[in-house]
Amino acid sequence: MAIELDFAAVLTEWPLLVKGVAWTLGLTAVSAVLGVLLGIGCAWVRTQGPSWSRPGVAAYVELIRNTPFIVQLFFLFFGLPAMGVRLSPEWSSVIAMVINLGAYSAEIVRAGIQTTPAGQIEAAMSLALSRMQTFIHVVLPPALQRVWPALVSQIIIVMLGSAVCGQISTEELSFAANLIQSRNFRAFEAFIVATAIYLLLSIATRATLNWFGQRFLFGGRRG
Amino acid sequence: MVEFSLWDIVSNLLLAARWTLVLSLIAFVGGGLVGLALLVARTTHNRSLQQAVAVYVQVFQGTPLLMQLFLAYFGMAMLGVETSAWTAAAVALTLYSSAFLAEIWHGCVKSIGKGQWEAAQSLALNFGEQLRYVIFPQAARIAVAPTVGFLVQVVKGTALASVIGFVELTKAGTMITNATFKPFVVYSCVAVLYFLICYPISLYARSLEGRFHVQR
Repeated sequence: MAIELDFAAVLTEWPLLVKGVAWTLGLTAVSAVLGVLLGIGCAWVRTQGPSWSRPGVAAYVELIRNTPFIVQLFFLFFGLPAMGVRLSPEWSSVIAMVINLGAYSAEIVRAGIQTTPAGQIEAAMSLALSRMQTFIHVVLPPALQRVWPALVSQIIIVMLGSAVCGQISTEELSFAANLIQSRNFRAFEAFIVATAIYLLLSIATRATLNWFGQRFLFGGRRG
Repeated sequence: MVEFSLWDIVSNLLLAARWTLVLSLIAFVGGGLVGLALLVARTTHNRSLQQAVAVYVQVFQGTPLLMQLFLAYFGMAMLGVETSAWTAAAVALTLYSSAFLAEIWHGCVKSIGKGQWEAAQSLALNFGEQLRYVIFPQAARIAVAPTVGFLVQVVKGTALASVIGFVELTKAGTMITNATFKPFVVYSCVAVLYFLICYPISLYARSLEGRFHVQR
């Protein structure tokens, strides 16, 4: 049996693919910023926050880390309307990605914070910085720099995970691939093309974020 | 209209959870075997073999598992193999796990000091013997905790098999939702069941990690 591959049939639908890539990158960018901020907040609570709030954050982190992303997404999109909260596919996707990344980055950032030498905190205290100032100016920047590669990896995992968002009809890349294969029945080719694009996106995103971190976030600072 | 009690929902989900466990186990064991082969290929001194494994790992870690499942599902059908959601899911998850496990284990092997390799060589062990008697036993001790931790990822990964129609916990949740119109309750139960499977594994991985650090 000869196998005929027809990539041209898929590539002529390039506007759909471009739109899909735009959505995938947009969802990833928004949830990366918000998710890492949420993670920093949770890491702060777990290391120095009021003790009554720590179990809540710990429960959130464990609950998210030990359930599949697709179930979190379905819960938001299909489950919440039963409680009267109706979210669009796009909002469900963003919220699910932020909540997911928040839990993982909380653990990553916490690991960075915990390796801060005690002497640096004492030095900050002796300069009469408040606890909040110490955290924001002394503890956090080097901690983020130490764990930046791990954060970048996690952001990419969330980007790849966003392929699932197509299942609730968010129009990202995997949705575009599904749409194309439903039009021309070239399923294998459509998914090969989409997979190759995802691979390029993850390589490019890693390079960009590593460069961005060194250039803008930690410029001239030595960890 | 038929009324569904909470127990109806939970008992049906529990039945489906068996398939989540079976699929996880197949992917984990199969991935371990393939991963071991990849690891050996990567530790040999053959440059092109090393690079081939590196590309393999990059491809599977740099693309969504969902796409890998679709490709397995449609690709195997294209090759003329009789595919079911079962085989496609098992194949895709096995390959996916093998890439991650090979990467994890490669890190463990790399952490073994060069002196150990040299000592093994000086005892006139050949490459296979060096790995088997000197390097792997030491690397395995370091590898246990992250490997168990990865099992959690595999269990969560099986949830995606629902998309290609494999009836495991998540798919059963969707089907039961369609019958009961109680998405909030059903998906809460699904999440709780995943948590009950994964959390003990996470805790076990963490305790292994602690144990190793104390020994060192």
